[in-house]
Amino acid sequence: MAMAHNAQPQLLEATGSGESMDAVEVDATNLETRELNDRLRDLMLSGVEKVVLRNVCGQRYIGTRLYTPEHRKMDIEIYGTPGNDLAAFLFGHNIRVHANAQDGVGNTMDHGEVVVEGRAGDVLGFSMRGGKIFVRDGVGYRTALHMKEYEDKKPVVVIGGTSQDFLGEYMAGGIVILLGLGGKPHKGNFLGTGMHGGVIYLRGTVDKTQVGSQVDISPLNDADREIVDHYVSEFIQRFPDLGIGKEEILKGEFIRLSAKSKRPYVKLYA
Amino acid sequence: MKSFVFPEFHIIRDEAKCGQCRGCERQCAFGTHTYDPVQDRLISDDYKCAGCQRCVVFCPKNAIEVRPTPSPYRANASWSREKMEDLKKQAETGGVILTGCGNDKPFRIYWDHIVLNASQVTNPSIDPLREPMELRTFLGAKPDIMEVKTDKGDVEIRTKLSPNLVVETPILFSAMSYGAISYNAFRSLATAACKSGTYFNTGEGGLPKEMREKFGKCAIVQVASGRFGIDAEYLNCASAVEIKVGQGAKPGIGGHLPGEKVSAEVASTRMIPAGTDAISPAPHHDIYSIEDLSMLISALKEATNYEKPISVKIAAVHNFAAIGSGIVRAGADIIAIDGLRGGTGAAPKAIRDNVGIPIELAISSLDRRLRNEGIRNRCSIIAAGGIRCSADIVKAVALGADAVYIGTSALIAMGCNLCQKCNTGKCNWGICTQDPRLSGRLNVDIASQRLANLVQAWSHEISEMMGGMGINALESLRGNRDHLRGVGLYEWELEVMGIKGAGE
Repeated sequence: MAMAHNAQPQLLEATGSGESMDAVEVDATNLETRELNDRLRDLMLSGVEKVVLRNVCGQRYIGTRLYTPEHRKMDIEIYGTPGNDLAAFLFGHNIRVHANAQDGVGNTMDHGEVVVEGRAGDVLGFSMRGGKIFVRDGVGYRTALHMKEYEDKKPVVVIGGTSQDFLGEYMAGGIVILLGLGGKPHKGNFLGTGMHGGVIYLRGTVDKTQVGSQVDISPLNDADREIVDHYVSEFIQRFPDLGIGKEEILKGEFIRLSAKSKRPYVKLYA
Repeated sequence: MKSFVFPEFHIIRDEAKCGQCRGCERQCAFGTHTYDPVQDRLISDDYKCAGCQRCVVFCPKNAIEVRPTPSPYRANASWSREKMEDLKKQAETGGVILTGCGNDKPFRIYWDHIVLNASQVTNPSIDPLREPMELRTFLGAKPDIMEVKTDKGDVEIRTKLSPNLVVETPILFSAMSYGAISYNAFRSLATAACKSGTYFNTGEGGLPKEMREKFGKCAIVQVASGRFGIDAEYLNCASAVEIKVGQGAKPGIGGHLPGEKVSAEVASTRMIPAGTDAISPAPHHDIYSIEDLSMLISALKEATNYEKPISVKIAAVHNFAAIGSGIVRAGADIIAIDGLRGGTGAAPKAIRDNVGIPIELAISSLDRRLRNEGIRNRCSIIAAGGIRCSADIVKAVALGADAVYIGTSALIAMGCNLCQKCNTGKCNWGICTQDPRLSGRLNVDIASQRLANLVQAWSHEISEMMGGMGINALESLRGNRDHLRGVGLYEWELEVMGIKGAGE
């Protein structure tokens, strides 16, 4: 009895996600940011759970206006290039971008998932507190700045390529994984400046001069390997077209950047 | 290392009155008073006394007196006692001097150099006890043109209006976070705000979940550089959202709530692990320009479905009026400006005492700038930092503010005596502490009543002063500099404020 009871919702879920017919298409051509987000909100309130946006061109804050007291959820697929602050304050929705994304992806995001099939701009995952962001290629400056975690909320950012300067600045929690695929070296400087929590796993190496003075560089232990293994699997699942196996990625050398102290400013005051 | 610093206060105990009840010992979290069982008497250590007067007020026998000590040094106009002792403390520790409350230095207090007008003979004064007096005001953007349709006495507003906050009196409680102040103090502010038809500001420490339903409607929630406690639910439960860019007590620098103050409850409201330092970076790292600010304002409008006004709070600094203009153009509905004397739970003293400009000069500059640019209607101005009485509010409004924030005044109403030890977390009055033994001393019913009384008393006084000037609505007082005159001010000061000298 119990098994049958459990099986039913799973079955429904499987057919639900399999039927792309359920998705509502929106042509974003000539729509202003606010108009597009009006449309999305209306669709969510009318019970639509899956939306495909076509011809998106710079419209901002996609996913931001989708909070409802009853916590409705929506899957959004984006074709074209969404504008800044995609998924800002995101509250549990799933967004997949079939292109590059611009600045501010996942700004102060609470939970949900963003997948970018390309590269993303600056300040990705700024002050993010939960959920996951997967970026196939590289990211810009100040990624995962002041990312934090709280109880069961532990944000995860996995980047296929590499990042520019100030990755994980002021980082207070969460996990960032930089895979450095494509063999590009990590050239970013000031990594983890002011870091006081969380962890950055980097495939490849960085010089000591590239990281902030508050950061420890260490090899991975078994627990770290388990975490990296898990999120690399998730990364590959989201980008099946990459054509790279998990083993190949994990074969590379990884290092771990973490905070020397959770209380960096304890001795500052008289 | 032996400290060369002298005690700031001297404790005088009347041994004849003292009943050795040890109440003072229990009252003082700084450990000033200790009981000596051998002598059966209380011993007081002047060096530990913060001068908060808690033991004095609560001694059942009135046996204690706490007096500031006179300077033990040879008089020296350049080397004041404070300068010498701060220097000694730093020589002893190598640290930054931290302090609480607002700038206490003798910068000119312009409120005390401005006098108000009153009606004589012509334009008779109004008696607010008999005649209606409108203190209600609306904070937020107003349309450039209001299209109105009238039909047989019914009035219909055709123009789509921006969301506004309705305040019954132009007094709001300034941002003080749960974490900086105790839960009871925070809740007292919330309770009083709802009771008085006004708003409290959560500061950047979040809004406890159990308070949202009841107090969200009187809350302005803050989004600061640390982004603590912020999710869509927090933003949507409130009446307005404020982006904190700067604070009068510490313009240009961030905040730092030490791990000791991050209790389990504070941690869950801020959504960070207990015991970790809560660090607010100096800037918002997603705001490096007016365009970036515009983006965050829009993101917050999106996140709240365009239902709430968005405020931007900045410290009054040089050239801030130009920045204010940018803020309005970036889409803010309210600008809060915080002046030189604004308070804080903790700030480096060097910053608190030296950075920023007086709020009196700032209000007028900002109001004039926005008027000259024809965009004054697009936002409201809330003035903060150094409002001590109802007359200061009348003057602030006449200089161009729509309303004021009070912080220090609210704390004093609850019991604070400005001992400036907020940063220690040992507030004996239960206001600025997370120690449950201390915060339990602040009774929410009593403290909120004291706050509501203050708002009521000031509102009456504002009505009286307005009535005396022949003005019956706050709207008519706003920016009405004709009702102000300066006394003992230089030409440039009068010019900045746009007021005439007395007698002119």
